[in-house]
Amino acid sequence: MAKQNKYSIIIPTYNERLNIALIIFLVFKHIPDVDFEIIVVDDGSPDGTQDIVKQLQQVYGDDRILLRARPKKLGLGTAYIHGLKHASGNFVVIMDADLSHHPKYLPHFIKKQIETGADIVTGTRYVKGGGVHGWTLMRKLTSRGANVLAHTLLWPGVSDLTGSFRLYKKSVLEDTISSCVSKGYVFQMEMIVRASRKGYHIKEVPITFVDRVYGSSKLGGSEIVEYLKGLVYLLFTT
Amino acid sequence: MSMAISRLVYCKFEVINLFEDKMKHIVKIMTFLVAITAVWISLLQTAMIPRSHTWLLPLYFIVSLGCYGLLMVGVGLMQFPTCPQEAVLLQQDVIEAKQFLKHNGVDVGSD
Repeated sequence: MAKQNKYSIIIPTYNERLNIALIIFLVFKHIPDVDFEIIVVDDGSPDGTQDIVKQLQQVYGDDRILLRARPKKLGLGTAYIHGLKHASGNFVVIMDADLSHHPKYLPHFIKKQIETGADIVTGTRYVKGGGVHGWTLMRKLTSRGANVLAHTLLWPGVSDLTGSFRLYKKSVLEDTISSCVSKGYVFQMEMIVRASRKGYHIKEVPITFVDRVYGSSKLGGSEIVEYLKGLVYLLFTT
Repeated sequence: MSMAISRLVYCKFEVINLFEDKMKHIVKIMTFLVAITAVWISLLQTAMIPRSHTWLLPLYFIVSLGCYGLLMVGVGLMQFPTCPQEAVLLQQDVIEAKQFLKHNGVDVGSD
């Protein structure tokens, strides 16, 4: 028996002209019977992402696809806050626009939340049923090492700390995001750790993650330093 | 009089609760370290274990922790779940999506 739930899917974009069209198609394909809206928060992409979104609004309706753009790159955390202001659902999904998060998992998130009444359902790449494709051995080693370190220091209660494919109750997202100050993927870590400390009920679903179909994702020395600084910050402030 | 006392006791519990709720993770870790240091010092003083061994205990602890960490990284790396078939499925999804969108007037020329 379906409840009267509405899901606001917030997708921050920057230069995702092709991917945003593919993602939106896949969302409509995989949750046709769910009441949802997609909120695209574009940071002034020079490649015409916003034009594509307007074309998609012609196809799917501008009540289902909301374009809430910003003038320039202003960061991920503020993109979610901006999207939240326009969200009319009682649940919010956050996901990436680069096709690493596949919309076919949306029904899994929704089902898990309904079954358990969780406040947050987060996707994890690191358990059986989940997985990653397109990572070199070095990348996997860094990821695993980072994970073990974070678990030893923080006891976060989730297996994938930096993942950004999540379903939140809208009130929970609003509450947690107001106390987070980090940037980038440390922001994702801070969100889930703070939510865990506040006692919110968090569940996980396995997801598969295919790294960057179009484009490339980087992990260099500066990212590692940023990560370690983020860990220390979370250690002392959560 | 008893009302005042029970109010005082209630307040004390509130303060303890507050402390626990707001207790930062680093404080929990420091508490744990202080506790095991206290155990170590008492072992030194009572000499249940020969002192020469006791002095080395912190070193054993750190080395074990390091080994445990390396083990977890190694095991995790070996068991790292991969999904090569997902890349194939994704390519199929992309083709399907492009077909539909082209048909409906959305510009999906490659970038």
